[in-house]
Amino acid sequence: MKPRQQRMLAVGLAALGIIIATALALRAFQESMMFFVEISEVQKGNYPEDRNFRVGGLVVDGSVRREAGELEVKFDLTDLDSQLTVAYNGILPDLFREGQGIIAHGRLNNDRIFVADEVLAKHDENYMPPEVAESLANHAAAQDAVLDAEKAQK
Amino acid sequence: MIPEIGHFALILALSLAICQGVLPLLGAHRGDVAMMGVARPAAIGQFVFVGIAFACLTWSFVQSDFSVLYVANHSQLALPTVYKISAVWGAHEGSLLLWVLLLALWTVLVGRYSSELPVAFSARVLGVLGLLSVGFLLFTLLTSNPFERLIPAAADGADLNPLLQDPGLAIHPPLLYVGYVGFSVAFAFAIAAMLSGNLDQKWARWTRPWTTWAWLFLTVGIALGSWWAYYELGWGGWWFWDPVENASFMPWLAGTALIHSLAVTEKRGLFKSWTLLLAIAAFSLSLLGTFLVRSGILVSVHAFAVDPERGLFILAFLGIVIGGALALYAWRAPGLDSEAGFRATSRETFLLLNNVLLIIATALILGGTLAPLFIELFTGAKISVGPPYFEVAFAIPMLPLVLLMGVGMHSAWRSQDLGPLMKRLKIPAIIAVVLGISIPLFVYGRASVLLVVGVFAAVWIMATSLIQPIRSWRRSPGAAAITRGVLGMSIAHFGVGMFVLGVSVVSAFSVESDRSLVVGDQVSVAGYDFELRSLQNVDGPNYRAIEGEIDVRRNGEFVTQLRPQKRTYLVQQSPMTEAGIDAGWNRDLFVALGDPLGNNAWSIRMQYKPLIRLIWLGAFVMALGGIVAASDRRYRLTAKAKQPSEAISGEPA
Repeated sequence: MKPRQQRMLAVGLAALGIIIATALALRAFQESMMFFVEISEVQKGNYPEDRNFRVGGLVVDGSVRREAGELEVKFDLTDLDSQLTVAYNGILPDLFREGQGIIAHGRLNNDRIFVADEVLAKHDENYMPPEVAESLANHAAAQDAVLDAEKAQK
Repeated sequence: MIPEIGHFALILALSLAICQGVLPLLGAHRGDVAMMGVARPAAIGQFVFVGIAFACLTWSFVQSDFSVLYVANHSQLALPTVYKISAVWGAHEGSLLLWVLLLALWTVLVGRYSSELPVAFSARVLGVLGLLSVGFLLFTLLTSNPFERLIPAAADGADLNPLLQDPGLAIHPPLLYVGYVGFSVAFAFAIAAMLSGNLDQKWARWTRPWTTWAWLFLTVGIALGSWWAYYELGWGGWWFWDPVENASFMPWLAGTALIHSLAVTEKRGLFKSWTLLLAIAAFSLSLLGTFLVRSGILVSVHAFAVDPERGLFILAFLGIVIGGALALYAWRAPGLDSEAGFRATSRETFLLLNNVLLIIATALILGGTLAPLFIELFTGAKISVGPPYFEVAFAIPMLPLVLLMGVGMHSAWRSQDLGPLMKRLKIPAIIAVVLGISIPLFVYGRASVLLVVGVFAAVWIMATSLIQPIRSWRRSPGAAAITRGVLGMSIAHFGVGMFVLGVSVVSAFSVESDRSLVVGDQVSVAGYDFELRSLQNVDGPNYRAIEGEIDVRRNGEFVTQLRPQKRTYLVQQSPMTEAGIDAGWNRDLFVALGDPLGNNAWSIRMQYKPLIRLIWLGAFVMALGGIVAASDRRYRLTAKAKQPSEAISGEPA
């Protein structure tokens, strides 16, 4: 091959590689992108049906329950307006506790229970995930609790 | 009194930094030797005063002076002294002070070892470093003063976050910061070169060892962080693609590209403007990392601080530094490049591909990290990007990179004939194919395409990295030995191979099982039998814990006893999982206690992690390669300098 043809071939291969790589990256991006949905919106039915999404809120006091000796746990999450029951089969993070702001990844089942495959509580107990803080603030009905949440954020 | 001395010392350091930042640059512009001479003494003075400030803060911690707000928030009387010291950089204000201290230290070292550089050039380098220091000192003093008083003083402190009470985290941030800050030297060299309009091969030779040192510290820092996350966050993952991890990884990728691009600039005088751009990019990404961590703008497990004022300052600083550097680049870089040519198969080509692929990886990770920010900004939707994206986005450019690495290492500058190259690489290729198929199949009993490709690539890199050292070892008497540069490269690439092998095997063959156990229960995971023998209370200096005693047997034979703990730190009342780990060269056994489930049962996570040690070991071997390469004689020879550049004739590195 002449140098010119060589160069054309190299450029062509590079272009092809870039196109394939971009397509793969975009697909992976679409698949692993998760929306954060406020609990009130979930209860109104506004959530992605066929894919995982994120919910966040405060763990309702006294709502954590499990069959004695079983791994599976259920608890309620609130955005101070509506509530959502979350089920999780696994070990909860260290800083998971009642009253704490947490985030869960998963999807809703037919009984309107959010089946989580991941539960995140932050490493710092004073830290409130920004989405959760904002979601709480949006539901200003319970003003006092919002103030508490803001305090917790500081 | 001590905190006020520290505060005052910091202000003096700022004044000196201003002198160091302004006068030498002005002097270099005007050719005024006296003004340029200010640079070194100002740098030393600045280092002394920042050192005093740092010592004052450390002293306040050791003395548990809870009239200092930062100490009161991050320490406690019962905290072991080691952690009182590491608590200095355990949170925002102190870690910023550490950053400034390290910048001052790098600056003094540059001043000390730059006597062979042209006076105007070293004055510019030190001047730029001075300006960076001004920015960070202003940031510290205006938004994050670690010496702020708490009146009345607290009786006891709020304790250090229990996660940070760990030897791994005591040394991880300083090493990471040495690397981050170290890229400021490459950045300053790049700015100085553009200001003087003089960028020759000597410039690359001066810049190379500094960049390599920064890079190797960053490598070790990231590896330690990953190791810490593995055993201390409690759940056995080693990389989470968390924004803060990405923040340290992106400068590493750009820095790696820079190291390779500098090789071409030094040896062949090519890629000059590209090298400059990478030097700017590596440091900018370090700054961006600070911004991402410190502004709390992205949802992240590391986000301690959610503070828009600080975020705004860093954003402005970032804008000035990156914008200024790029403007200078746009003005000065055209016209720097030389015309020397190279063939399609030559070391230059492979290094170019290395750079392209590393930059693609950086860009894809940057995109994924910032995507949530931009999507929220423009659509209001809150999204997160999960690890699957990053895994794919990272694997796409890395796969060709690791395959080309073996070829690139053995190609000559300018032009390489394919025949001899293929002959040389035949044996490693055969070894890689054989082991790539047989390791998964015969050692672990299962193979998939991805796995075979991963193991093949790993063995391929390791085998090709050994060629040059082996040749040198078996050389005939009188033949030239391998240079430190080539040896360092071979070692570092061997480390990449170890890392790839570790990642491939861990991701394919890890076994993880969450179970509910009562004392006396026995379960089998990956061929190991775990038996929960007992649970008992134990007390630490500032925590209480429940400790499980778990015996591990394999085929009836006792392997080890693991003692995972669930700790409750008394002051913050926060629970912490301390995993029980049995580390071996070929596998880790990992047990963590979850929660009491009622009926005396506990949730327990058991994991089998084959070859996971190779991930960190590989990173340390890379860093070792960096040390060997940076200690090459030719960098020291330039100290006595004046001999003409023997660049092209030299052994390839």
